Amino acid sequence: MRVQRIWTDERARGVILQLLLILALLLVLAFIVSNTVANLQRAGLASGYGFLGSTASFDINQRLIQYDSTSTYGRAFVVGGLNTILVACLGILAATIIGFVAGVMRLSRNFFISRIVGAYVEFTRNVPLLIQIIFWWVVILALPKVRDGISFGDTLFLNNRGVRLPAPIIEDGAGIILVALALGIAITWQIARRARKRQDETGQIFPVVRTGFALIIGLPLVTYFLAGSPIDFDIPVAGKFNLKGGFNITPELVALWVALSTYTGAFIAEVVRAGILSVGKGQTEASGALGLRPGLTMRKIILPQALRVIIPPLTSQYLNLTKNSSLAVAIGYQDIVSIGDTIMNQSGQALEVISIYMLFYLTISVLTSLFMNWYNARIALVER
Amino acid sequence: MSDSIISISGLNKWFGEFHVLRDINLDVASQERIVICGPSGSGKSTLIRCINRLEEHQEGSIIVDGTELSHDIKDIDSIRREVGMVFQQFNLFPHLTVLENCTLAPIWVRKLPREEAETQAMGYLERVRIPDQANKYPGQLSGGQQQRVAIARSLCMHPKIMLFDEPTSALDPEMIKEVLEVMVDLAQSGMTMLVVTHEMGFASQVADRVIFMDDGQIVEENIPSEFFENPRSDRTKLFLGQILSH
Amino acid sequence: MSDTAFHRRQAEMLPSRPAPAGQTGAVGWMRANLFSSPFNILLTLISLFLLWSIIPPAFDWAFFDAEFVGTSRDDCVGGAGACWAWIDQRIDQFVYGFYPAESRWRVNLAVLLLIPALAWVLIEKAPGARYGRWFALFYPVIATLLLVGGLGLEEVTTDKFGGFMLNLVAGLAGIVLSLPIGILLALGRRSKLPVVRVVSVTFIEVIRGVPLITLLFVAIVILNLFLPQNVSLDQLARVMIMVTLFASAYIAEVIRGGLQAIPAGQYEAAQAMGLGYWKMMRLIILPQALKISIPGIVNTFIGLFKDTTLVIIIGLFDILGQARLLQTNPEWIGEVDHETYVLASVFFFVICFSMSRYSIGLEKRLDTSGR
Repeated sequence: MRVQRIWTDERARGVILQLLLILALLLVLAFIVSNTVANLQRAGLASGYGFLGSTASFDINQRLIQYDSTSTYGRAFVVGGLNTILVACLGILAATIIGFVAGVMRLSRNFFISRIVGAYVEFTRNVPLLIQIIFWWVVILALPKVRDGISFGDTLFLNNRGVRLPAPIIEDGAGIILVALALGIAITWQIARRARKRQDETGQIFPVVRTGFALIIGLPLVTYFLAGSPIDFDIPVAGKFNLKGGFNITPELVALWVALSTYTGAFIAEVVRAGILSVGKGQTEASGALGLRPGLTMRKIILPQALRVIIPPLTSQYLNLTKNSSLAVAIGYQDIVSIGDTIMNQSGQALEVISIYMLFYLTISVLTSLFMNWYNARIALVER
Repeated sequence: MSDSIISISGLNKWFGEFHVLRDINLDVASQERIVICGPSGSGKSTLIRCINRLEEHQEGSIIVDGTELSHDIKDIDSIRREVGMVFQQFNLFPHLTVLENCTLAPIWVRKLPREEAETQAMGYLERVRIPDQANKYPGQLSGGQQQRVAIARSLCMHPKIMLFDEPTSALDPEMIKEVLEVMVDLAQSGMTMLVVTHEMGFASQVADRVIFMDDGQIVEENIPSEFFENPRSDRTKLFLGQILSH
Repeated sequence: MSDTAFHRRQAEMLPSRPAPAGQTGAVGWMRANLFSSPFNILLTLISLFLLWSIIPPAFDWAFFDAEFVGTSRDDCVGGAGACWAWIDQRIDQFVYGFYPAESRWRVNLAVLLLIPALAWVLIEKAPGARYGRWFALFYPVIATLLLVGGLGLEEVTTDKFGGFMLNLVAGLAGIVLSLPIGILLALGRRSKLPVVRVVSVTFIEVIRGVPLITLLFVAIVILNLFLPQNVSLDQLARVMIMVTLFASAYIAEVIRGGLQAIPAGQYEAAQAMGLGYWKMMRLIILPQALKISIPGIVNTFIGLFKDTTLVIIIGLFDILGQARLLQTNPEWIGEVDHETYVLASVFFFVICFSMSRYSIGLEKRLDTSGR
């Protein structure tokens, strides 16, 4: 009688169900752990993260921080993580530009433009990214050899070893340019504040965007020349077999960057298009009827509303791009997965390496979703 | 007519192959109140949307307060500044507060100082009887309140002419009255108004003229009393019969 | 003004007139869509130039200058266009991998049977749907039997699976197997029981937070560590486990979206009828939620299907693996580097594009029926 009552009590049932779930999970965990421990012992493998301190003894040619073959596994992971972040940042920058331009052009009234962009979007979205990455890589490797490489005005060189760009050489006094840049930004900010205040008081409108642009670009430029060109550019020079000077971007990085940004750019284009379309025609009409010009309508009415719709899926596209950069391993760009793979093969610490992968990517995605929650809470439209 | 503020002559418009406005001639005197009615698809909304260039016409001329509508952006701008418009779907800006909705155009188009724009906006919000909602967002208001904000928003630009495109059609019955009251007030203050509506009570109360449109043309126009009591065209009779039986 | 100045009555109705010349038809269309402003004219010219500089060379490469017949790379060397001569000899390997030639009809049959199975699931008013649904339910069993063998059919080990068939099998099996798990996870995420909710959310978010390749590494290097010594799963099975777990997290989110779209009234009505939780879900909520989730499920499938190419990284010979084999095959080396990838892209594009069109169409249809 009593047993039956517990079983029919909704709350008791819930508690029992949850206890059973916990029990089942613990059992699975115990099963996995005991098997793993037994298997590792049999294979004579040590577990733990001690190996991170041992010498890596392999080279990484793509690196943002000091690293050589005497560095540790731990440092190799840092190099790999930074490489992932590097290609992710480059990719996000390019994909955002491509995506916004393509998204707006897809809505163009011009028949050809909208169709060409449509074809680009559909094609890149419906072909596996891995094929595109490998394809671009093959294309770059099939470029002419260094000797017959393509040069753009003898400063930028394109060949089967990647892209070679002029390298800036920073000399004494270059710091003043940074100061000028900071000053430009600070003045623009001040002007924007003043302009807003003046507009509030007198109604006069000051062209802040144009002035700010001129200041932020112009001020460092003027300083550069006034200070006697303190930054030199080491321009690559064609030697007999190789290019001398400048700095080289590897074919792997170029291929990965191009593929990631065109692929994600196509997805972003769709996000942007949907965002703009989500702002009804009535908004444009009402704004026009009030006398606002198209430019102002875009800035004050369409964009603020479209961005609310665009930013959440945009962020998840950024996250996808970051995760997709792990395909680097297929063409040998040394991101965290690729370097981890090498370490796994050398040290046999598979569990540990994979746990580091997951921790790395989970950290990024948790940070992103924290940002998203904050953003969503901030911009949520007030409805009744 | 030299004293007319809007003068439309020989207006023709097509949507693709569809001849939506056919040879429209219409003069509106300053301070005149005109109600336009007709079955749906008769071109009445398109007609008033042509007046502030939300729609482009292909033949004929539209002269608003001495400026002829053309492709010249300057002309379009100056006409839009003179002409206010209220939409069926309100079209308030959901990301701005009620007050910001009302001050946006005065600040950015008429270049008013913010404080002045706000004072003036509060004045109009009082006139449409919702000053207490100024800091709410449109999404928090009822349909009737939203439409009254939309009217206030237009008035903030000091228009000489107000266009109303079925302002009460999207409202629940209990909210129609509050919007119509505001419109009656406005009419009594001497605003030139063109109202597309099926509210025949409003028409007979304030209109100087009622225009009946069908198939893209003005079929009949008359003073309200004559129009309702003595419709001359068969189409008008049929339409009135349908609308009044409701 | 006198009253008479007002009234006007049109004697007779004006007929519709055709629009002035140049406003409609081809000329009007071009004026509106290509030459409406100087900027628009510029765009038109740029696009025409772009098309002119891309399309003719592409066609030349792919068709007019291409080599279609031949038996080895020697027939292609020096040609300006693509080398398609390998297709005739190698397409079977490209599509079926190392699947025994005499048993390939089984793969074809499995794919052929998929069409009616899908039709009965996706098309609401397909004839014979009552029996068809049962067929669809048992299709995975039939397909597995056909592909792997058993019941009198000769056994084919999974290491023989390869080429495009491997991508199809991995993608389809991944989605089908992940559906039940995804449904449970979606229900778990919306459960009132905190433990169930936390477990579901954690699983979903962890899986969605890491790239698929890390999960494939798990399949290859550590899944066998988790199992007792005497149990060893073959490689494809391990990959399928991880692919299924991966897909189930995404499916769960799609179905959660579907569940959220069901109005609260449906739950209340079901409870008022005296249905318990599982009966309510099975009879009332899930049928509706799954229906509106179909476009999302199709999109998830498209993504997963494209992602199956990742198996090449862990050493399976899918379509990309076969492409690589051909590129390094002495008979064709150096001549098919682009061609094999282009053909693989075409395969994927045809399938993914048509499915995404279907999903968009369905979304529109569901949208209007809901209004």
